[in-house]
Amino acid sequence: MTLELLQVIKPSGELVAEMEPEIPKDELRRLYRVMILTRNLDTRGLQLQRQGRIGFYIGCLGQEAAHIGSAYALKPEDWVFPAYREIGSMLLRGITLNQLLDQYFANAEDVQKGRQLTNLFGVKTANYVSGSAPIATQIPHAVGVALAAKIRGDPIVTLTYFGDGATSGNDFHTGMNFAGVYKTPTVFFCLNNHWAISVPVERQTASETIAIKAQAYGFEGVRVDGNDILAVYRTTKDAVEKARKGGGPTLIEAVTYRMGPHSSSDDPKRYRTEQELEEWQKREPLARFRKYLERKGIWSEADEKKTQDETNREIDEAVHHAEKLPKPALETLFTDVYAKMPWHLEEQLRELREEKRQGDNN
Amino acid sequence: MVQAVNHALREEMTRNDKVVILGEDVGVNGGVFRATEGLYQEFGPNRVIDTPLAESGIIGVSIGMALYGLRPVPEIQFMDFIYPGFDQIQSELAKFRYRSGGQYTTPVVIRTPYGGGIRGSHYHSQSTEAFFAHTPGLKVVIPATPYDAKGLLTAAMRDPDPVIFLEPKKIYRTVRGEVPNEEYTVPIGKANIAREGSDVVVFAYGTMLHVALEAAELAATKSINVEVVDIRTIVPFDIETITNSVKKTGRVVILHEACKTCGFGAEIAAQIAERCILNLKAPILRVAGFDVPFSYALEDEYMPNATRVLAAIEKVYNF
Repeated sequence: MTLELLQVIKPSGELVAEMEPEIPKDELRRLYRVMILTRNLDTRGLQLQRQGRIGFYIGCLGQEAAHIGSAYALKPEDWVFPAYREIGSMLLRGITLNQLLDQYFANAEDVQKGRQLTNLFGVKTANYVSGSAPIATQIPHAVGVALAAKIRGDPIVTLTYFGDGATSGNDFHTGMNFAGVYKTPTVFFCLNNHWAISVPVERQTASETIAIKAQAYGFEGVRVDGNDILAVYRTTKDAVEKARKGGGPTLIEAVTYRMGPHSSSDDPKRYRTEQELEEWQKREPLARFRKYLERKGIWSEADEKKTQDETNREIDEAVHHAEKLPKPALETLFTDVYAKMPWHLEEQLRELREEKRQGDNN
Repeated sequence: MVQAVNHALREEMTRNDKVVILGEDVGVNGGVFRATEGLYQEFGPNRVIDTPLAESGIIGVSIGMALYGLRPVPEIQFMDFIYPGFDQIQSELAKFRYRSGGQYTTPVVIRTPYGGGIRGSHYHSQSTEAFFAHTPGLKVVIPATPYDAKGLLTAAMRDPDPVIFLEPKKIYRTVRGEVPNEEYTVPIGKANIAREGSDVVVFAYGTMLHVALEAAELAATKSINVEVVDIRTIVPFDIETITNSVKKTGRVVILHEACKTCGFGAEIAAQIAERCILNLKAPILRVAGFDVPFSYALEDEYMPNATRVLAAIEKVYNF
């Protein structure tokens, strides 16, 4: 079963009617809008880095359906543990463009106080937990929150994103194993984008699929076309509902493709062919969903143009706002290491202030 | 001393239903050192959780539970086994508050027995507190008496920050002392003057406190009046008590069983040199474990003892 690839919209735009989830028309339009916003933000992010206006960028080109469709299956009280390439899921959960751009520019209004690289982001009010660069470390955290909620009797679900590369890490094994043993309400969502920087998925595992690994931990693994937003939503919704009812964890392998570079520091031409990219271009998630909406008669060329313009304008405004703000205050270098600043940090802050003061006098 | 740990856990679990224990063999079996004895029977499997044998999972899952608002107190069976969880401690536990801009906190207390003296060989004997002291975001606490074990552990379980709580396993059962039944805490970050003296000060913590006290008694027979300071918390450590004792005595010996090079004694020595070098009447000496892995057969030769400490005391005294 785990080898089967679940699809609702074929790459041609054709619908597998019996698989179609029930989503109201306005919601379908909203989902597509978030996809467009994500795509345009992603394009702008890389541009800003190339122009030297932000220091670093890591994007999600081609993976929009996988993370937006899955995030749409969650309730606001559910928790998300991201990797770093799930930008649309942040927007969908109410994290604003201003919050994101303030983070990109690492300015004084960044809720993380300028401490993390672009898109390593989290906002507590969105139950979207601040991530980190080490791979797979967030997976046991998602299990821990789920276990705590289960013990407290709270009907919430946790979902954690990670890539195919992360499935080689020990925390993937550990997290899956703990979740299986305690039957926690956790959805393990693997975005198999085929590349971990320059290393192809065939070098990560000899398993026929990633989904099949779930069997060894005593729970279900499913495989879905990650570029088909409706298939992703349907699959995740099933897993989330099962988890909420006490049915335990699920591993979802969303088969997708990282169409951009790993990050602004990477050049994929060094290790993969243009031809491979072209093949995946044909299965690209936005075009596919647009065809579906057009066939349903709920999206037009005019809608497309209006949404492209609107989203780009919103991004312009957020960039403009974020770019003119100053850096975080000096003391934020030392705050939040501990709840209360201990003597040695106070002393180092005083020394730095003195150094700055003398620098200003010279 | 292990009973004091057990009491602290039981009492805090009774007071605060958010405190949960997890680890290997901590449940039905009560822990290999019996630190959690009876707690599973009293509080049930949802609060005293036997885990799979995976330290990164024990710590990673504890971090998640803390994010959700619980107060996890994971036990790592021996400090020598903590390293599979080191990434979780370094990259996650210690960083959550900072990297999230103060939005998320992870008040986890990791209890783990450390140190030599139990014929445990290499993998049941190491003292690697310096790794953790070198990680901003963690507090590192090391009690040396039953009274402090209970008071410091209770304080740790109420602290807003993650705490690495190192229990000197050699003295789990050999060091005894009065422990009040009532609730009390010992403040994190405060050293204790375990013995007043005026000629030489010995700084020590954990098992080595008792070696320092023994050496001080031997020195007294030679009319050397030794002060012994129990550091108790190495991050953040009590600079005021340390510098006061240096100013009072002018002669310093620093004692720990961890390897000498880059051990915590180096930090104490550097801080003293920066702050009160003109108060010193002799070079600062360190008595520490050798820079070798731990030996099964030559454990007694590895472990600093009172004779070795006395020699250092006499050396700085007669300088």
